[in-house]
Parts: sequence; C-alpha cells; structure tokens
Amino acid sequence: MMDFLKRFSRNKGALLGALILIVVVLLAVFAPLIYPDSPWKMVQRPFLTPFSTDGFPLGTDTLGRDVAAGLVHGARVSLIVGLVSTLVALLIGVPLGALAGFYGGLVDDGAMRFTEFFQTIPNFALAIVLVAILEPTLPTITLAIAIVSWPPVARLVRAEVLSLRNREFVDAARLAGLSNMRILFGHILPNAMSPIIVMASLMVATAILLESSLSFLGLGDPNIMSWGYMIGAARTVIRNAWWLSFIPGVAILLTVLALNLIGEGLNDALNPRLARKGR
Amino acid sequence: MADPVLTIRDLAISLPPGADREFAVQNITFDLYAGEILCVVGESGSGKSMTANALMGLLPEQVEVAKGSAHFESRDLMQLPAHERRKLRGDRIGMIFQEPMTALNPLMRIGDQIAEVFEAHNRHSPAERRQKALALINEVGLPDPEKIIRAYPFQLSGGQRQRAMIAMALALDPAILIADEPTTALDVTTQAQILNLIKTIQQRHGMSVMFITHDFGVVAEIADRVIVMRYGEIVEAGTAQAVLDAPQHDYTKALLAAIPSDTVPDPAPVTAQPVLQVRNLRKTFVTSGGFFKPKREVKAIDDVSFEVARGEVLGIVGESGSGKSTVGRAIVRLVEPDSGEIILDGQDMNTLTAAELRSARRRVQMIFQDPYASLNPRKTVLHALCEGPIVQGVPRDKAHARARELLEIVELDAGAADRYPHEFSGGQRQRIGIARALAMDPDLIIADEAVSALDVSIQAQVLDLLRGLQQRLDLSLIFITHDMRVAAQLCDRVAVMQLGKLVEIGPVHEVFLNPQQEYTRTLLAAVPGTDWQLGAA
Amino acid sequence: MGIAWAILSRLAKAAITLLLIVILNFFLIHAAPGDPAAVMAGEAGAADEKFIAQLRAQFGLDQPLYVQFWTYVSGVVQLDLGYSYRQQMPVLDLILDRLPATLLLTLTAFFMSLLLGIVFGLAAAARQGRWGDSAITSVALLFYATPLFWVALMAVVLFSVKLGWFPAFGYGSVGAGYTGFELLIDRLRHLFLPALTLGLFFMAVYLRMTRSSVLEVSQMDFVKTARAKGLNERVIRRRHILRNALLPVVTLAGLQAGQLVGGAVLTETVFAWPGIGRLMFESLTARDYNTLLGVFLVSAAMVIAFNIITDLVYRLIDPRI
Repeated sequence: MMDFLKRFSRNKGALLGALILIVVVLLAVFAPLIYPDSPWKMVQRPFLTPFSTDGFPLGTDTLGRDVAAGLVHGARVSLIVGLVSTLVALLIGVPLGALAGFYGGLVDDGAMRFTEFFQTIPNFALAIVLVAILEPTLPTITLAIAIVSWPPVARLVRAEVLSLRNREFVDAARLAGLSNMRILFGHILPNAMSPIIVMASLMVATAILLESSLSFLGLGDPNIMSWGYMIGAARTVIRNAWWLSFIPGVAILLTVLALNLIGEGLNDALNPRLARKGR
Repeated sequence: MADPVLTIRDLAISLPPGADREFAVQNITFDLYAGEILCVVGESGSGKSMTANALMGLLPEQVEVAKGSAHFESRDLMQLPAHERRKLRGDRIGMIFQEPMTALNPLMRIGDQIAEVFEAHNRHSPAERRQKALALINEVGLPDPEKIIRAYPFQLSGGQRQRAMIAMALALDPAILIADEPTTALDVTTQAQILNLIKTIQQRHGMSVMFITHDFGVVAEIADRVIVMRYGEIVEAGTAQAVLDAPQHDYTKALLAAIPSDTVPDPAPVTAQPVLQVRNLRKTFVTSGGFFKPKREVKAIDDVSFEVARGEVLGIVGESGSGKSTVGRAIVRLVEPDSGEIILDGQDMNTLTAAELRSARRRVQMIFQDPYASLNPRKTVLHALCEGPIVQGVPRDKAHARARELLEIVELDAGAADRYPHEFSGGQRQRIGIARALAMDPDLIIADEAVSALDVSIQAQVLDLLRGLQQRLDLSLIFITHDMRVAAQLCDRVAVMQLGKLVEIGPVHEVFLNPQQEYTRTLLAAVPGTDWQLGAA
Repeated sequence: MGIAWAILSRLAKAAITLLLIVILNFFLIHAAPGDPAAVMAGEAGAADEKFIAQLRAQFGLDQPLYVQFWTYVSGVVQLDLGYSYRQQMPVLDLILDRLPATLLLTLTAFFMSLLLGIVFGLAAAARQGRWGDSAITSVALLFYATPLFWVALMAVVLFSVKLGWFPAFGYGSVGAGYTGFELLIDRLRHLFLPALTLGLFFMAVYLRMTRSSVLEVSQMDFVKTARAKGLNERVIRRRHILRNALLPVVTLAGLQAGQLVGGAVLTETVFAWPGIGRLMFESLTARDYNTLLGVFLVSAAMVIAFNIITDLVYRLIDPRI
C-alpha cells in the first residue's frame, strides 16, 4: 500500500488530477452550505458578466440565475451520475466477463455475442433513445449510461480471467479441492483488480462526458441543475455571451481531465512493470 | 592456432542506476580465433548475452559500454561511430537469437526478410537477391525453397524459423557469427539438427562462431574453446576438453557437478502393489471452428496404459507435443479424458462426479513448472500451504503447524510462512510448491517439468531435495520432463512418449542403455554431450 | 477459408445483429409512455376518441402484440421504417434525404482524425520521453477530456464570431447560387469546423493508440533482428515497426466508428448540419419516436457496415488470417 502511494505520488500529473478532483468533490459535498438557495432561483439581472458584480463572481445567466451556484450544484450531478453508472456497469460487466472467461465454451460464446451486440450499437445514440423513451430522470440517465458502458468492462474482465485461469496457481487451487466459485472469486478476480480499477476511473470520466452531452441535448433531469444543461441553455446566446457556455465547459473539462490523469497514475502505480518510460 | 579475429580487452558494461549491480560485465578479456567455435557459458544473470549484444552494438537503452576495447579487422568496435557499426552488422558480423517464434517479422515473407540483408548493404540487384535467398534457404536445409521463400513465419515450425534466421545471418558470409542461446527454445531432436547445421556451416565458411549457452551438454557437442562466466566476470577459460575434463575454478566444478549425469542409478526394487493404474487412456483435442471453420483434431493421448508402484518414481519423457503433460493433467483430471481408466488405489478417478472429485483431489497432487506462475502473488505462503488442507477439513491451527513443519522439511526457514511469493527466488518458490503438494498428504505426486525453468545449479539443489524426500517419505512420484539426463538421474522406470503414444516403458537402465524403439534411440542420440559423458562415466 | 466465406459469414452475423436491433426497437416503441395513437392524433391536430380508434385500427395497434411485432419486423425488412406525422413523410425518405450529409461529415472526420492521430502518434513515439512527446501527449489528453459539443461551440465563437474565417452553421451558403468549383469550396468551408471538432476527440484516441502500439512493437524481437541485419533506422521504422504497429490501430479505429456516429448527433446539432444526427435531435424535441428509432436503426446499420469494411481491410493487410 505504501509502495503504491509512493509510486502514485511520483506521477505529477496524477497528483494534479487528484488535487482537482478533491476540490470538485468538496464543492459538490458542501454545495448546500455554499449556496443554500436553489440554483434555479433568479437572483439578479440577467447577463451579468463574470467578475463585475460582488456576490456573483461568475455573473448571471440568461434568466438572471447565479452561474457560480449552478456550477457548484452541477458538480453533484456529474459526480453522482459518473460514480453510480460506473458501479452499475461494473456490476453488469464484471460477473458477465468473469463467467465467460472462466467457463469458456457455450457460456463464453453466448456472453460474448451479447456483449458484441451491445458494442455494435452506437452507444451515444442508444443512450439518447433510452433516455428519451424512459423519460429523463436521474435514475434513467444513470441507467442508460451504465447500459452503454458495460461492454468494455466485460471484455476486459474476460480477457484477464482467460489469461489467469490457466496459470498454475489456479490449477493448484483446483487440486486443493476448491469450488469453482471460490477459485474465481478468491484466486482469479483479485489478481484482475488492477486493470479493472484503472478502467473504472476512466469510465467515470466517460460517464461524466456522456451525462453532460445528454443534458446539453435537453435530455437532463429537468429538476436538477447540471453543467451540460447550462451550456445547452446558453447556446442560443453564444454570440453575445459566450462565457455562459465557456465556464461550465471548463468545469467538465477539468473534472474529466483530472479523472484521466488519475487513471494513468493508477495504471503506472498498479502495473509498475508496464509503466511508460520517460514520465 | 590461427590469429585472433576478435580481440576483447578489459570490457565493462554499465547498467542504469537502480539496477541490482553497477556493471553487467567487467574485466572481460578474451580472443576469438579464426575458424573456431567459442562457447560462452553461464547461468542467467552472468552477463553472457550482454557481452554479445555489446559486440553487435545492440545494447538496450541506458546500458552502455563503460570501458574496454574490441578489435575486429584492425578497428576498435567500441570506438566506431554508429553508422560504421551498422555497416558491420549483418555483413561482417551476423547474429541469431533464442526465440525463433518472435525473431521474425510476422508480416513479411521469409524470402523478403532474407533479401533484406543484401538490400541493407546495397548488394546485388533484386533478381539476384532472390536467387541468393533461394540458395541460402537450400543451404540451411529448408525443404522446397520456392515455397519457403513465399511463406510467412507463422507457416514455419520453430526449427524451420531458426534455419531461416541462420540463412539471414549467413547471407553476406560474415567473419563472425554470434549465436545467443539459439537452441534453448527448441526440442532436443531439433536442437541436435540445428547444432549440426551450425557446425557444418562454420566449417564450410571458415567462420568464427561465438556461441552463448547455459548448457554444458551443448558445449561438449560443439565447442572448440569455452569461457565460463558468473556475475559478469570470466571465471574460467580454456579448450573445451580442458574445461570439461579438468575444470579449475570452483564455480565451473560446481556447474559441471550439477549436470545430471547419464550414469544410470541402480534401480530401486519395485515390489509394492501399484498405487496407480492407467488403462487405455485417450484424449483428443478438437479446436472447434464454429460455423465456417473446419475442425482440427489432435490426439494428445492415444491409448496409453501404465502403472506406478507405491514408492516408485516413474519418469515420462518426450518432446513438446508428445502428450506427456496432458497425461499428467488427465490423471488429476485438470483435463477430462475422453475414455480410459485411472485407478488410484482401487478407485477409478475417471468416474467420480464433480463433487466426489473435489474431496478425492487430495490424493494426487502436482508440482508445477513455472515458479513464477504457480503461486498466487496475492496470498502468503502460509495461505498457499493451508488453503487445501483447511478446505479438506483439517483444523486451522493444525494446518498452520503442519505448514511450518513442511517449510522446514523443504529447507526454508519458518519465517517464510508470512511472506509473499515475490519475496522468493525461483528455486525457493519451487520448494514452496513442493511443500504445498506435501501438505495435502497425497498418495501420488506428479511433477510436471518441475525443474525445467531453473538454472542448472538451482536445478541440482531442487532435484537433491526431491530425491531425499522421495526416499525419506516413500513417495510415489510421476516425473514428467523433456530432459533425458534429469530423468535418468531421478527415476526408477521411464516411459517415452511420442505424438500421444507411449513408445517404450521400462527400468531406466534398460530404456537408456538398451533402447528397443527407433524413436527412443533418436531421442537419446540427440541429447547434446552424450559422447562426452559416456566417455567420462 | 476464402475471403468469400469471410464476407458471407460477416454478412450473416450483421443480419442477425440488425434483426436484434429491430426487435429491441419494437420493444422500445412499446415502452414509450403514452398511447401511440393518441400521440399521433395529437400531432395530427384532432384528438377525438373516434379518430384515435380509427388510427389504432389503421396502424394495427388494436391487434395482439405478436401480430404487431410481425407487422413491424416484416415492415422493417421491406425498408418500411414507419411514418413521421410531425414531418408528414415516411421515416425512410427523411433519413435518406439526410444521410449523405452525415456520411460526408463522419467519413471526413474519421479519415482526418485517423491520419492526424497516426502522424502525431508516430511523432510522439519517435520523441519518446522527451519534450516533444510530452507536448503531444498532453494536448491529446486535453482533447480526450473535452466535451465534443463544447469544443464545437467554442470553435464557433472563435473561428466564426470573432475571426470570421468559417461559417458558423449550415451545409452551404443559402441562395448564393454557387456552382462547380465555387460550390466545392463553399461546401468545404462549411464542412471544416464540424469535421474538425468531431474529429478532435477521435484524433486523441488514435494518437494514443498509435503511440503505445509503436512503443510496444519497437521492443519486439524481430526489430532487434532487423538491427542485426544492419538495416538503417529509417527502414526499420518504416518496414518493420510501422506495419506491425498500425494493424491494431486499424482494428480499434474500426470499432470506434460507432462512437463517431454518436458524436455526429452533437456536432450536427451545434452546426445545424442537415444530417441524420440533427434529425435525431429534432425528433427528440418533437417526441417523434418513429423517426428517432428509425435513425437509431440506420446509424447502427452504418456502424455495422463500417465494421465489415475494416474487417476486410484487416484481412488484406494481415497474412495470418
């Protein structure tokens, strides 16, 4: 564990990413304390430019809502959707991939056809269709993102299990009389954790991008302020007030970038032998 | 002897900071004479390959020649600029490598890869290059040159690929051929053929060959002179005969002593009743093609029957693809046999249901080949030794006590129990593997190439341990190996397998000294260094 | 196994996949909230019970589910994707009308991002660990983390509003009456920003893939063999490393094509590009589910077609298959 932290902190990019993410998480957690009022509330004249008015550091939007308040509350949605949809995707992908890789044969064929099918469908289009038809709410958005995100997990886990299941220590576990499930969960999956963790951190990033894209198209939960919605709402005034689109975009960019940097740092720290040279 | 072609003086190669030592090699001084085969012998980490790579100018990044010289054709290789060294490579100095499977570009035809050598040095027209490539393919003894020239590497066997590599190295008739463990990855009969080929070509072209190996058998087979290396330094040098017959340095003596000899031990009297009877065992692997691919069948075990007596060591020898490992795995049902009986102490293992099998598994245990893959990297040694017994119903504290006892038996200190596999060397891990098999208190142990991945001196220690344990605990053992010399040393009886069939079985001295089957004779003749050892015996 | 067999088996697989998507579509339609007949009636502007019942009969919505299922599937097989009341046109006609614009955009973005990704990926790999490598990979990481629609908006702000270099939206200048060469230039000017912004993310993906693939292949044994032959580094890179390194990139690039079609929805929406992505957005806001699902099906078909083509290209390059 100490080794891991040491290797992780040697990567400057990963540290920067961790720092950014901590700030975003703190903002999201303490949003109700920082801005107790609803971010939908109209509080001032519309189109106040950033840094021009005391108390509204980032100005106001087309309807006079506080941009800073929207930003802070929006962080909550991004993080929740990112985390929960990743968890759900892992819950689908890990068992499916593990069983496919472990049992092989028909189980594998079936599971992989199923996975391939979902991988063939353009995933953003599927997410749009699902959210549009199920009505946009926080749970349906999260579910839709999970449904389009799990196939790569299943493939990764399958490949890992496939390469681990013929290792001699697995044969030894078999000869010890262990049951299949105990071999799979006690010996094989723990050794596949590193790549799964790395992939999960990158998936949170992708999920945040997907959520913001859906909200941008007007497929966000209409009751919840999100970064994508803020950009979408300001789109029509882009010629006059470009900063209204710019600011939430930077928030998305920084959060997603932070998660990617963390993912790379985890990868280098968890797979020291594969660490990229020159970093 | 003729003049030296290559004169190396005081060579030192530095490793990047943070490596386990400062220099990969140092104080390296030797000569390579015209028309000789010089073997550089050493175990892993001795720096023998580094020396070869330094001469070629192919050192990995951050590894550099720190000092010293290597004079070749009146120039110092170490002082030459990069483009001059490039011109020498493939032209005046050729090189072949260990892994024929990966040493060829998978996307290029063999002919093009040979012709490329001429192109690199601006020789001949494209049409002439083709002709030359055909001639080279012919010279290295590949069949049907017209076909080979158009083939891709994946269509060739390991031995054929190594021949193609030799053809490339030979293309411009170099003065020196550097061969870096070129037969280590090959089967013993293929190895014999390739050694023969290198010898023939060396004589025909009057080349000097620097042959790097870890195997004294190979040395005995082809070397004119020998250099023995350890920890990056030369410990002994001399003619092959002198070094093999009268080694001076202790390390060389230890290495030579560690080589399992062909001197066959007296057969232990096999009196007890059989612990295992295998009858008409069959297993065919079918690569299923699905809808559009044709099926392919491989008979891995083809009607094999034999017995193992209690307290006996039965060796199963054969080359890769002979089915010897599959037999071992079928007995413990890691592979499901198609048909046949596996009777262990009167009970047919092959008819057990999955649930019955789980508790019966205790009775046959395995020792595996790869010390790095046979232990779960995330579990302590104690866990590895106790998990099986606990699953089989042994109380936890009893299992723990037994595990610590076993660690002592395999000559590891008791503190080893709480450490993780990566803290141990390959030889130590193999000892843990043995302890794990013993922990289940089995009726029969199957050792599948259990010492093949180890350096020869470590190999000797592990074999000593196994032999000691076998006698002390009266173990029944099936010892699967590709190495005839190891088999001769440890086994009471030996079974020879080829292409899934049991070719010959009998007491060791009979099979080895008076083989009845043609294939057994071929196999034994192919073992490098046989003549030398028979002479010594 | 011949190439004909390969194509046939791929086509058979594609047909099965498409059929499954059609089935999925059917269930999605029925999962949609509200009575489809009532929705249709609402869109047609008459909401009395009698008209709704008439619609229900006309579209077979009063039939049992399996009959409806059969009607739907056999309709789709005959290329009948339903009728869009909102647009007063068959869905298929709507899509075919918009398809060329999307093909132009996605293919341009694909080839541009693949080309740039490979070129910069090679450049980064050649400078591994040095300043140039860090610069290229950092920029790639930035593109990788940037929301596509936001880049598109910012590109409009910068290149259209502030600098005035490129038009902010549309497929061509309306009413300019360009012909021939002028038309081509006009079309390219309109294409530039959408294709660029759609391609940036994918460029980053291909760049990272190329870089790591080259670095991996550079470590392989056969590269050392090539050095031992005395080949110079340029030839080694071109003949031995490049081909082997680009094989996985081609495969993965093909698999990424699906994402490209998804991204087109965002790009086309921002740039008012009259393709099927924009159509999807329009049908979304209009709650025109027939069109929405029709576009979904066609975009899936596009992805499948693309995958088959990459598969065949791969077969041509790799002798092992």
